[in-house]
Amino acid sequence: MAVAYSLPSNLSPSTVANIASLLRIVALILISGAAISSRLFAVVNFESIIHEFDPWFNYRATRVLASKGFYEFWNWFDPTAWYPLGRVVGGTIYPGLMATSGVIYNFLHALNLPVDIRNVCVLLAPGFSALTAWATYMFTKEMKDESAGLLAAIFIGIAPGYISRSVAGSYDNEAIAIFILMFTFYTWIKALKQGSAFFGTITAIFYFYMVAAWGGYAFITNMIPLHALVLILMGRFSNRLYVAYSSWYAVGTLASMQVPFVGFQPVRTSEHMGALGVFGLLQLVAFTDLVRSHVSSRQFQTLLRVSLVAVGVLGAAVFGVLTMKGWIAPWTGRFYSLWDTGYAKKYIPIIASVSEHQPTAWPSFFMDLHFLIFLFPAGVFLCFTELRDEHVFVVIYAVMASYFAGVMVRLMLTLTPVVCVASAIAFSSLLERYINPAEPTDDSKVDSENASGTASPDTASVASHDSPKPASKKSKKSAPPPPSSIESIMSEIIPGGSTSSAKGGAKTERGIFGLDTRFMVGGNAFFMLLMFVMHCTWVTSNAYSSPSVVLASRGQDGSQHIIDDFREAYYWLRQNTPETAVVMSWWDYGYQIAGMADRPTLVDNNTWNNTHIATVGKAMSSSEEVAYPILRKHDVDYVLVIFGGLLGYSGDDINKFLWMVRIAQGVWPDEIQEPNYFTPRGEYKVDAQASDAMKNSLMYKMSYYRFAELFQGQQAVDRVRGQTMPSQGPTLDYLEEAFTSENWIVRIYQVKNEDLLGRDLKSANAFAEGKKRKRGRPAPRRKAIV
Amino acid sequence: MAGPKTPAQAPSAVESLWTSYTENTPSRLKLIDSFLVFIMLSGIMQFLYCILVTNYPFNAFLSGFGSTVGQFVLTASLRSQVNPQNKEQFKEVSPERAFADFALGSIVLHFFVFNFLG
Repeated sequence: MAVAYSLPSNLSPSTVANIASLLRIVALILISGAAISSRLFAVVNFESIIHEFDPWFNYRATRVLASKGFYEFWNWFDPTAWYPLGRVVGGTIYPGLMATSGVIYNFLHALNLPVDIRNVCVLLAPGFSALTAWATYMFTKEMKDESAGLLAAIFIGIAPGYISRSVAGSYDNEAIAIFILMFTFYTWIKALKQGSAFFGTITAIFYFYMVAAWGGYAFITNMIPLHALVLILMGRFSNRLYVAYSSWYAVGTLASMQVPFVGFQPVRTSEHMGALGVFGLLQLVAFTDLVRSHVSSRQFQTLLRVSLVAVGVLGAAVFGVLTMKGWIAPWTGRFYSLWDTGYAKKYIPIIASVSEHQPTAWPSFFMDLHFLIFLFPAGVFLCFTELRDEHVFVVIYAVMASYFAGVMVRLMLTLTPVVCVASAIAFSSLLERYINPAEPTDDSKVDSENASGTASPDTASVASHDSPKPASKKSKKSAPPPPSSIESIMSEIIPGGSTSSAKGGAKTERGIFGLDTRFMVGGNAFFMLLMFVMHCTWVTSNAYSSPSVVLASRGQDGSQHIIDDFREAYYWLRQNTPETAVVMSWWDYGYQIAGMADRPTLVDNNTWNNTHIATVGKAMSSSEEVAYPILRKHDVDYVLVIFGGLLGYSGDDINKFLWMVRIAQGVWPDEIQEPNYFTPRGEYKVDAQASDAMKNSLMYKMSYYRFAELFQGQQAVDRVRGQTMPSQGPTLDYLEEAFTSENWIVRIYQVKNEDLLGRDLKSANAFAEGKKRKRGRPAPRRKAIV
Repeated sequence: MAGPKTPAQAPSAVESLWTSYTENTPSRLKLIDSFLVFIMLSGIMQFLYCILVTNYPFNAFLSGFGSTVGQFVLTASLRSQVNPQNKEQFKEVSPERAFADFALGSIVLHFFVFNFLG
C-alpha cells in the first residue's frame, strides 16, 4: 500500500463525520460573513443611503408599505408620478421586494428592535447574499458533493458579478431575486431527483415568490421547461420528471397569475407558451407510456401512429385559431431584443438608450468573474462527462445564460450563479485528485493485497476482488486499499479521486506520484483562490461601491472630496418650492426627484408611456417658443437638468441629449429630426460650430446658461466635451434660473408665467431690455408691486 | 390529455388495451382513474362553456379550469407514485409519503384557486 502522506488511523468514522459537518457549518457561517461584509464598502465609506435610480422608487414604495400597511400599499395610486396621468403602483410593480422588507421590518419591530425602514432597505441585499451563498451550496451539493458546494458558496459570496447588483444600498429587485432563483432551481433539481410532488410544490411556491419579486422570472419559466424538453428528447422521460414538472407547472402557473402585474400573461403571451407546450407534451408522453405498458408493441405502434396524426391535426388547428384571433400576444420588445439584437436600436430607442442593455465586452467577463470564467467551461465539460439528469440542467443553464450575458450587460447577473457552480465543480474535482493521498500502484500487487487483506468496507475493492483481470478498469478502482477506517471514509467522501487517478492505459502507470506534484498543483490552486479573493475585494471596493447619489473624487494628497450636488438640489426643491410644484426632467431622474425632493414629476424610470417621455424629449430638444406651450400645458413649474461641463461629470444631460432627440423623433418625425442637431460635417458639437437647432434647443440653453460668465473673460471650456464654448452664452426668455448647485451639476429653472400684457415672453423681454437701454431706468418697482 | 381515442381504425388494439387495463390494474389505481375521468369531464365542460357561452370573468374561468387541470396532474402524479410498477423510479417516495405530498399540493393549489376566483 502506498500513500503519499499518512492519515491518522485512530479516528472513528462518526468522529470524522461530525468534524466534517462542524467544519461545513463553520465554513458556511464564515462565507455568510464574507458575503455580507464585502458588500458594506459603500456604507462604511460614505453613508447608509439608497443608491442608483430604481431603488429610490422601491424605497419609497416600501415606506408606504411600512407606514400604511399592506392593503394601502396594494391599492396605492400615486398621483405624483407621471404627473397628469398618475400611476397605479399596486398593479405595475413586482411587490416581492417591498413585501419582504415589510415583513422583516415588522418582525424586527415585534422583537422590540425599532430599526428604521431605510436601514432595512439598505442592508437587505447583503443579508440576502448570505442566503444566496447557502442556496448555491445546496444546489451544488445536488450536482456534486458538499465540498464543491462550499466552493460554489464562497465563489458566489464574493464574485463581483453578483456584488455589483447587491451592495448595501442597492435596494433593487435583483437583491432578493438571485437567492430565489437559486433556491427555485435547487428545489426543482430535488423534485426531479426524487420524483416528489412535495418538492414540486415548494418549487412552485418559490417560483411564485420569484414572480412577485423580479421580471426575470421568465428565465425560470423557460429554463425548467427547456430542461424537461431536453430530457424527453434524450429519451430520459421518467415518471419522476412527470411528477416534478406537473406539480410545478400546475401550482406555479396559477400562483404566478396572482401577481397583478403579471395577470393573465401566463396564458396570453409567447414567453410563457414554452412552459405550456412542454406541459402538454409531458401529458401525452406520460399517457403514451401508460398505454405502452398495457399493449403489445405492434398494437402500440398502430395506436401511436393514429394518435400522433390526431394530436398533430388538433394542435395545429388550435394554434392556428389562437394566432389568428390574436389571443396569444407576440414577444414583447424587451424580450425580442434579446434575440434580434438590432431590434431595439431600430424600433424602440428607449430600450436601447439604457446603458445596461448594451452587449457585454470581453474584459467585463474577467472583471466580474476573474478565474471562474476560464474554469467555467471545464466545469461544464465535467458535467457532460457524467451527465446525470441534473447535470443536463447545468449545461442548459450555462449555454442559455452565456448567450444572454453576451447580449446584455445586465444579464451578467444570471450568468454568475452558474459560473460559480460549474467552476466549483471543476475546482473541487481538481482538488480531490491532488489531495487524495492514494498513489498509483501495481495492479497485481493491489489484487493480492486485497485478496489477503482484512475485510474492507470499501465496495470498490470488493468489486476488484471479483474481477480476475488485473488490468481491468474495475480493479483500478481499488487503488487505495484501505488500511484504516479513516482511509475508507476518505475514499467514500472522495469517490471520484481514486477512480480517475488510475484512469489511464492498461499497463502504464498513470497518476500522481509523490508529494511535490501535489504541492505544486495544490499550491497553485491555493494561489489562484487567494488572487480571486484579492481581485473580488479590489473590484468591489473600487468599481461597485460608489453611491451614484454622491460623487467622490480624490485630491492629490489622497483626501476625499464629496460632491453632493444632487442632494443639495433635491433638498432645495423639497424646501423651497410648493408641494404641488411639478418638476420636469429627463426620465432618469424621475425616481430620485420623487424620492428625495418629494415633488410630482412628469416622467420617471418606469418607462411605461413612451409618448409621454417623447413629450419631455420634444420639450427639451425644441426651441423655447415651441417648448413653452408644452410646459404650460403640463403645468410644469420647474425644469431640472444635469450638467457636468464644469466638473467633468460625463453622465449629464447633454450626453444623453441625442436619445431625447431620437425618442422624440419617433413620435414627431416632422418636428424633430436628429440630423439637425449635428454640424454639417456630421459632428455632435456644442461649441461655436454647433448647429442652430442645437443652439436653440432648451436643453442647450439651460445647460450653458451663464456658463461663459463663470470663466470671467477667459475661454469657457466644457470639460466633458472638451470643447471651447463661445464667450456669448445663450439667453433665456421663457425660463429663469432658480437654483444651480455648488458644482453646477444640477440646474433648476423656473417656468415663467405668461406676460401680464399678453405679449409673448420673448418680445416682452426684448422690450424690457430695450427700454432699459433707452431710458436708463427700468421698471423694477412696478414689477415688485405686481 | 388528448388521448388516442380511435375506435374506428384499430378496434383490436383498443380492445386489448381495455382488457389488459381491467385485468392488470389494481383496484386502488382504478379508483384514482375514475376520479381522473371525473375531473377530466368537469374540465371539458368548463372549457366548452367558456368557448360556447362566454369567458367573461376570465379569472373565474382560469381558476376553475386551472383547478381541474392542476388537480388532474396532481392526481396523476399520485397515481404514478403509488403504482407498484413504478417502484423502481420512486425509491425515496413511499405511497404514504406520496399521499401526503398529494394532499399538500392540492391544498396549495386550491388556496391559489380560491384566491384567484376573486
